[in-house]
Amino acid sequence: MSEELVIEEKRVFMTGNEVVAWAALAAGADIMYGYPITPQNEVMHYWSRLAPRYGKNFLQTEDELSAGFATAGGVMAGRKAFTATAGSGSVLMQEPMAMVEMMRLPTVTVVQQRGGPSTATVIYSQQEVALTTMGGNGEGMRVVYSTAGHQDLYDYTIKAFNSAWKYRFPAFVLGDGYQAKMREPLTIYEPEKRGITLLEPEPYVGREGKPGQDRPPAQYRNTYNLEEELYEKLMSDIRDFEKISAEIAEYESMHTEGAELVIIAHGIVFRAVGEAVSNLREQGLRVGGFRPVTLRPLPAAQIKDLVAGVKKILVVESAYGQMARLLKETACGAPCEIHTMFKPGVGIAAEEVEEKAKEILHSQ
Amino acid sequence: MQIAPVMPKSWRVDNKPHKFCPGCGHGLILKCLGKAIDELEIQSRVIYGCDIGCSLLSWDFFNLDTVQAHHGRTTPVMTGIKRARPELLCIAYMGDGGGYSIGVQHLVGAAMRNEKITVIVANNTQYAMTGGQLAPTTLPGQKTETSPYGRDPGATGMPFQGAEMISAIAADGAYVARGSISHLAQLTGFLKKALKNQIDGHGFSFVEALSACPTNWRTDAAGTWEFIEKDMAGYFERGEIKVPGQKEATADA
Ligand SMILES: Cc1ncc(C[n+]2csc(CCOP(=O)(O)OP(=O)(O)O)c2C)c(N)n1
Ligand code: SF4
Ligand SMILES: [Mg+2]
Repeated sequence: MSEELVIEEKRVFMTGNEVVAWAALAAGADIMYGYPITPQNEVMHYWSRLAPRYGKNFLQTEDELSAGFATAGGVMAGRKAFTATAGSGSVLMQEPMAMVEMMRLPTVTVVQQRGGPSTATVIYSQQEVALTTMGGNGEGMRVVYSTAGHQDLYDYTIKAFNSAWKYRFPAFVLGDGYQAKMREPLTIYEPEKRGITLLEPEPYVGREGKPGQDRPPAQYRNTYNLEEELYEKLMSDIRDFEKISAEIAEYESMHTEGAELVIIAHGIVFRAVGEAVSNLREQGLRVGGFRPVTLRPLPAAQIKDLVAGVKKILVVESAYGQMARLLKETACGAPCEIHTMFKPGVGIAAEEVEEKAKEILHSQ
Repeated sequence: MQIAPVMPKSWRVDNKPHKFCPGCGHGLILKCLGKAIDELEIQSRVIYGCDIGCSLLSWDFFNLDTVQAHHGRTTPVMTGIKRARPELLCIAYMGDGGGYSIGVQHLVGAAMRNEKITVIVANNTQYAMTGGQLAPTTLPGQKTETSPYGRDPGATGMPFQGAEMISAIAADGAYVARGSISHLAQLTGFLKKALKNQIDGHGFSFVEALSACPTNWRTDAAGTWEFIEKDMAGYFERGEIKVPGQKEATADA
């Protein structure tokens, strides 16, 4: 007999991967399919320990292709299914995710970025932004939440399930090795007690009744005969995605009003940026910070506003401009100066950001 | 007056005739599958998965809930569905390229774990949909678009014994057989037993069906028949290879 899941609202001190497992439970996830890769492993470790207690399932597949496609199967069967991966696993995950996008399947994928390419390091990076937002031979019809810490991991993992099932696009929680392995305090809670309604999953296949007699058969394909047929299908998805983009997009900003320089970062790098901004403010410098929480869709309106009203921008990331490219596309034509601080595959500290900001402010 | 051909009840009639080439083996295998589903009365519980390759032409073939997946990935999609909803009966239908080449590690993984799904591989000795290239199942000396001088086993190996491999790795409870479109009643029987194995929850079930691709073989009816019955039969033996509760069949048993 499985126990009923009760999550008392309380402060806890956990690693990020453990947080993800608890958040998936809190979100009502039914099954996880996964393949080992550092730094995501403990999501599976915690889930496979917790799952049977609460009548949930886990399957370790033969590779990430299988994990992604099995997750697609799980959601088609009408269950909240998820997977987690990183690095070279994220590369393999793109094939299933391309199909998932095409079929509008509400999968949830947690990505704990590590240094790439190839095996590279198993530690940390922000180098899976391009893959997670736009990987696959599709148009990037995905919802990507970039988390900046453990509370985010909890909140946005829960939200990812709801967004996926509400909009029927695949959702991603984009973390990294630091968040995965570090311990941090956070508050866990039952979403319903916080007024968050968890959406119920619905089956795509295997509904009641005899197909062809009681109901038409449910038939899903991702093959199209004509250019026009595919075009119509894609444009309809693209229009849906564009329509909901403003509603999904999230961001965080600090002191951007009247700032001379705004520092933009996503994920855990924004923690360093936030600290740098506070320090610079204390020194009387007009510096602000901006963090897109959703990298797909980007908070486009806010970014356009921001770049229209500020003289200088500094983009900071643990990648060689993967987020900057997305920003530049959105900010195209803005008159502001764009400065960059790219450190692919390594962590970024507040002091370095502060120093760079001062250098920019002092140069004319 | 035209008399409508007898079709399995689980087929959709509104979109027949089907989209396969005349003389194609896929239609025959799916007829046997349809009959097996009818006889077992499981239409309400089956989820039919087809692959990339000519099997994709069957995405709207049956009155069954259907998922058409990527090349070789039908196995994990069906595994995912089965693990999430064990009461459903999941069938992965693939070509030999999908099953034995690009998707072979999924097939091996599913067999090793004894996934309670049914995998059917249509062996037409080549990649048909892409225009007839060499496959793991191509016969020695057989000409394909990528072995224009005939398959040289020294360079590209011998025809892959998929069913025998599955039998070797699958646990007790698995069902493995090889049938052929040249023996439809036997093939229907194997498919029925494979599905029954899933219904009973014994384990993995696998049927390879020797199929025909007259379009890429460039054969007429007589040539097609001869290729299946003589050439293919020389490398791929029909019969049950693993049956739960029975001793494993050996090559010369
Ligand atoms: C990942 C990927 N690689 C290659 C292809 C191209 N492709 C389409 S069909 C096919 C061959 C199918 O052969 P088989 O599985 O034997 O099925 P058949 O057409 O012979 O029935 C290939 C290689 C593809 N669609 N996807
Ligand atoms: S190309 Fe071959 S396998 Fe494909 S439909 Fe035609 S005959 Fe059948
Ligand atoms: Mg083939």
